[in-house]
Amino acid sequence: MSHTLVIAELHEGKVRRSTLSAVTFARGISQPFDILVMGQGAASAAAGVVAFGAQKILVADDVSLANYICERFAPTVAAIGKGYKVIVATASSFGKDLAPRVAAKLSAGYAADLSAVRVEGDKLVYRRPVFAGNAYASCSITTPIHVVTVRQSEFGAAEPSGGASATETVAVQPADAAAARVEFLSLESTKSERPDLGEARVIVSGGRALKEQFAQVLDPLASLLGAAVGASRAACDAGYAAPELQVGQTGRIVAPNLYVAVGISGAIQHLAGMKGSKVIVAINKDPEAPIFQVADYGLVTDLFQAVPALVKGLA
Amino acid sequence: MKILVPLKRVADPDNANKVKVTAGKLDTTGMQWKPNPFDEYAVETALRLTENGASTKVRLGEVIVLTVGPKEAETQLRGALATGADRAIRIDATDDDLDGDVVARAIRAVVEKEKPDLILVGKQAVDGDSNQVGQLLAEYLGWPQATFAGTIKSEGDTALLVGREVDGGTLTLRVTLPAVVSVDLRIVAPTSVSSKHSPTHTYADGVRFAALMAIMAAKKKPMVEFKLSELVSDAAAKIAYTTHELPPPRKAGIKVKDVAELVDKLRNEARVV
Repeated sequence: MSHTLVIAELHEGKVRRSTLSAVTFARGISQPFDILVMGQGAASAAAGVVAFGAQKILVADDVSLANYICERFAPTVAAIGKGYKVIVATASSFGKDLAPRVAAKLSAGYAADLSAVRVEGDKLVYRRPVFAGNAYASCSITTPIHVVTVRQSEFGAAEPSGGASATETVAVQPADAAAARVEFLSLESTKSERPDLGEARVIVSGGRALKEQFAQVLDPLASLLGAAVGASRAACDAGYAAPELQVGQTGRIVAPNLYVAVGISGAIQHLAGMKGSKVIVAINKDPEAPIFQVADYGLVTDLFQAVPALVKGLA
Repeated sequence: MKILVPLKRVADPDNANKVKVTAGKLDTTGMQWKPNPFDEYAVETALRLTENGASTKVRLGEVIVLTVGPKEAETQLRGALATGADRAIRIDATDDDLDGDVVARAIRAVVEKEKPDLILVGKQAVDGDSNQVGQLLAEYLGWPQATFAGTIKSEGDTALLVGREVDGGTLTLRVTLPAVVSVDLRIVAPTSVSSKHSPTHTYADGVRFAALMAIMAAKKKPMVEFKLSELVSDAAAKIAYTTHELPPPRKAGIKVKDVAELVDKLRNEARVV
């Protein structure tokens, strides 16, 4: 019996790459692990995770799982998960929605958004950011089963380790009674050729100062660098950028190799989402902007001049 | 519609970088207590959902605010009453003895007494940042959950269309009440919340402020207290926090004089482009 159960997330018939962060966690505690691939089309999607060293890939494939609804997924995750010591998902919007409900079903403790884990004797000690990343807490879970979600920004995507895990079909449990009161209507996502914020090596991020020219100014730089585009809350609230681009304590938490903050003042909540980036560049005309306190390279100037010049300089 | 809104007080989130660690414990000395912003948004959402456009003095339903915490946390409940909530419940407890799971189980016991149609919670408290109470509570009650709501449209106050802000887009669910909905930032945008009986005016962006008269009147609104032990027989936390520490400081950066120097640094020093 494996120790850890990794919950995979499906998207358009494939296992999302973000799942590989949960795999990194599972490998990190040096215990055998299985991966549960769940959703309509899981049987074919499972092929995407057979080469990561799991003991088994468990497949729960059913037409009732065509769209993610927590009340349909949680019963099966809990039924399978009760045979494990640790159940882990990546802290995506999927993981954060699902994992607590699973924990409640199993009367298990839940630790969210882990940034690290260490083994101390027979105990697992979890480390997680609190207060918008202004402090880190070490904690342990006191119940026999642990449910955790892990940060994609700190548990990098696992590389394939070769081999092929055995695949096993598992029974899909009946949905919660509450599922009868939830109806999936639509998932509207902006199609973008750019990398996902959680996976991008470079992010170009803009603030309210860009106004209606948000895309016009940032797109050439993002394209040149193969970057994802992010935004501050202020830019999203003002409608200059789509809400799903928001980086911050309550948006996406990112840690790319290079984060270029354009016209972002650097509110505490924004810094919480990006200060783990390896190299931070800030371009802002206000020399007192807090973003400069975390920037490796700060440029105090008018962004409307600087960004096109930067594109020219890097081309 | 009868709406229950759990509300947590947190150390001033706009000064979160002032949090200290003393002998391995978080130390918020000198920081002001504030309502958790997401919970304030939940209160605002509840007020908008129960607004009566035809007769603004009379709410179509009831908004009950609840907190789990010490006597001093009544300040934040009174603040919510002043903006328009009808009454308040405090479950007496010491902050250090709680985790999200104990809080969810305590709220469940109140829900069983109060039987609200809807529970509106903030998606996360910005101190612990766990993002869990709404989901735990939904499971404990056997109710549907709709987390990270950026928009809510009431359908005859028996079902809600909820636009959930998820990675990469918006996922829309229809949930039939009773249900638990956790709210995200943009729920307080001017047109995010609507019902058939909404007023015709558009809301200001953000939460409403209390008028002085309302602050005075809020002192007379009902506030009841429960003991945690009356509601939860086993109040043991499932998570034990051992130590805290501050993040390692980021090494000081430099200011570059122009774009050319920036390009040079990125190419030859940081080597990231």
